[in-house]
Amino acid sequence: MAKLLQTLFDGVAVGSLYALIALGYTMVYGILQFINFAHSDIFMTGAWIAFVIAKAAGWAGGDTPIWASLVTLLGSMIFCGLLGFVIERLAYRPLRGAPRLNVLITAIGVSLFLENTGQLEVLFGTQPQRMPTLLSSEPLFRIGGVGLPLVDVVVVLVAVGLMLLLQWLVFSTRLGRAMRAVSFSIPVASLMGVNVDRVVSFTFVVGSALAAAAGFLYAMKYPGLNQPAHSTWILLGLKCFVAAVVGGIGNVRGAMLGGLLIGCVEMFGAAYLSTSLRDVYVFSILILVLLFKPTGLLGKATVEKV
Amino acid sequence: MALLTVKQLDVHYGAIHALKGLSLTVEAGQIVTLIGSNGAGKTTTLKTISSLLRPTSGDILFDGQSIVGRPTHELVRLGIAHAPEGRGIFANLTVDENLEMGAYVRRDKVGIAADRERALTLFPRLRERLTQSAGTLSGGEQQMLAIGRALLARPRLLLLDEPSLGLAPQVVRTIFDIIRDINASGTTILLVEQNAHMALGVAHFGYVLEVGQIVMADRAETLAKSDEVRKAYLGVG
Amino acid sequence: MGYLRAVSPFLGAIVLAFVMQFGVAPMFGAYYQKLLIDIGINIVLAVSLNLVNGFAGQFSIGHAAFMAVGGYAAGAITYYGSFHVFGDALVHHGQGDVLFLAATLVGGCVAAVAGWVVGLPSLRLKGDYLAIVTLGFGEIVRVLLQLTDDVMFKRADIEAASVGTLALALGGALGFGGLPFYTSIVWTYFFAFTLLVIAVRLKTSGEGRAFLSVRENEIAASAMGIDTTRYKVRAFVLAAFFAGIAGSLFAHEIGTTLNPRELGFQKSFDIVIMVVLGGMGSISGAVLAAIVLTLLPEFLREAASYRMIIYALLLISMMILRPQGLFGVREVWELYRRPKVSRPQVRPPGSLP
Repeated sequence: MAKLLQTLFDGVAVGSLYALIALGYTMVYGILQFINFAHSDIFMTGAWIAFVIAKAAGWAGGDTPIWASLVTLLGSMIFCGLLGFVIERLAYRPLRGAPRLNVLITAIGVSLFLENTGQLEVLFGTQPQRMPTLLSSEPLFRIGGVGLPLVDVVVVLVAVGLMLLLQWLVFSTRLGRAMRAVSFSIPVASLMGVNVDRVVSFTFVVGSALAAAAGFLYAMKYPGLNQPAHSTWILLGLKCFVAAVVGGIGNVRGAMLGGLLIGCVEMFGAAYLSTSLRDVYVFSILILVLLFKPTGLLGKATVEKV
Repeated sequence: MALLTVKQLDVHYGAIHALKGLSLTVEAGQIVTLIGSNGAGKTTTLKTISSLLRPTSGDILFDGQSIVGRPTHELVRLGIAHAPEGRGIFANLTVDENLEMGAYVRRDKVGIAADRERALTLFPRLRERLTQSAGTLSGGEQQMLAIGRALLARPRLLLLDEPSLGLAPQVVRTIFDIIRDINASGTTILLVEQNAHMALGVAHFGYVLEVGQIVMADRAETLAKSDEVRKAYLGVG
Repeated sequence: MGYLRAVSPFLGAIVLAFVMQFGVAPMFGAYYQKLLIDIGINIVLAVSLNLVNGFAGQFSIGHAAFMAVGGYAAGAITYYGSFHVFGDALVHHGQGDVLFLAATLVGGCVAAVAGWVVGLPSLRLKGDYLAIVTLGFGEIVRVLLQLTDDVMFKRADIEAASVGTLALALGGALGFGGLPFYTSIVWTYFFAFTLLVIAVRLKTSGEGRAFLSVRENEIAASAMGIDTTRYKVRAFVLAAFFAGIAGSLFAHEIGTTLNPRELGFQKSFDIVIMVVLGGMGSISGAVLAAIVLTLLPEFLREAASYRMIIYALLLISMMILRPQGLFGVREVWELYRRPKVSRPQVRPPGSLP
């Protein structure tokens, strides 16, 4: 019973991180129909910027005030938001309307660029680092014999909070309406007076900031930070992309559902079957879902235009 | 004075010369129609006016100033609304949200509410379906939504692309009655139609377009009586 | 006469392969001879992926997985087979080369079967979704290979072990070390030229046009009576076969270790980049891109830690400045002609699709 609860907590915590990252993939795909492979590197950058901020401020240890975490989180989100803006502007905007494979390769190029620039000694370097502890990992309270540390609570609360914020932004504001209109048709949205470039920029900023938040939370939960070009970052990103696809790509709620699902599948598989096969579960779920419901769980079937 | 003047417009799609030195004028307060067969360049003309396509040469004046090369979304702010062919409604938004998209560039809450009310009065069917996803509407309802949405932009010039396309005759008549109403309340309309009979019935002035060129231009009632038009577009003779 | 026509290109491939070995290679030192082999392997990978991505327009980003499948299958056969036949896993010219050829062809076939299995979902999936499935398949292959047992290296153990045990003793995360080095310039370019002959014939034949039509407009192609699914699956199988062969060449090359990590999605991306850079559907473009992209990192070696940054920037600017790749769908020898298959690559800004 304790193991079941523990696994469930882990699954939800990791799943909400996945969901945060998946949202960035799904929003960009929804609007521009391309897989932003560089998104995992924004996530990586978010985690590393959090490290740099905490290190520079000298914050460490369990008695660090809670506002230190908040500053780190916001700093990382702002930096990555700007980074996302610049990337879209310089690398992706010139390719608007180009064949999809080209955009995909540009994204791979951006990904390589971020990884290898991050590895420069003046930035993050080529060595793994340990994120200082900002949030206590002492159990905050116990449920069914399982201790729930502050870190996990914060991870879930921040993730859920941000998702609710995004939900509100997309479905209840003028800008969100414009985003959905652009994702349906760029020319028709511009006929309504929507400045499409601005909406696309905004989408990248929001998606990147969410990925940065996920990077911060990830570094809180798993303090051992791999070097920027390490393949774990891309693999994590791929899992989140899988989450977005499983939920139905382009669908904001689908990304949240997919993230939680993939997180739980991975954690339960790792706990009850075999740890070393955890990536296999994730990708098997992907293939199964796509074979039986090719548009994902919450995706709507669209007829290919002639 | 002319609200819209198109001068010697040339448009290419790759190697295809779609518009060849097209010129036309839309007087303020009028309904002007552009008729012609499939592929004559009617939709291209509208898309070029609203900057979805860039002309290779020529000029477009709106209210006396050139609008060539200005981004589409800015033209909406100037007062040009374009209800595109194929209806172009947002199937992933609700009917109400579609109407709100029409008023995207406006900030005057009172005016928007009044215009929304007017659109819903013109199309009572839409009122019944406000919270429904627009993708679930029938063809005729989607057309109503497209026109209603264009109204919420409170345009000075409304570009209508094939409003009768694929609709039952009953619905077509309703739509054209409403076009006349919209015009009567002060909106200038440039109407592109294959249904020449209906279009010439509501319009003040008409142009006939053939393979990218204007071949006839006259008052609508004169065109409707001309032998060439009757033969080629009205199926008479 | 027809028989001669069918065989002569393959004879030509053999002759050219020997020319490469004894005519071209001696002009370079050992380091560059290895580069020549690397180039040859990359040509096989790029041209074979071009059959799927360039000809049939299917979006596969898991090509390295087929390479891995073929490489491991062939490696297991030469390594454990060598112990059975020769008592060790050293290079035995003559008989050993025959074993290597057989192993390579078996590796290709195993990869082809994998290609068929992955190609089948393309019955249901389109575009990006297929890409994601191929990517997922690649990751599954990689993880499963990482979970295999240690390589056995004692003759007695190997002779006592069953085929099943041996098939699972592939080295796990450490890689499959100790494979004999059979890959030579002759072998590499024999396979490379053979594939080139097949690819060129395919492109110029009616079947090739069927492929291209599937790529250009699948719906129109199926309306013309082309069985699009059959062509897509066939492209997958053929491409996977040659990727498997490239895997075997890679596995038996001096200075490489057959390792699941090296054959992950990054390797797949490298191959996709070659195809797009060369121009989707252009065989000579893929060849040229394979050459350039194999040499480029070597030339950039001077730049040390800036190497990959420069590479990334080159890639991005290339995609922005020349979106159709080096040659588009054309071949080097067609450059002065107008493209046969023309379509606007970039929509005018804001135009309705």
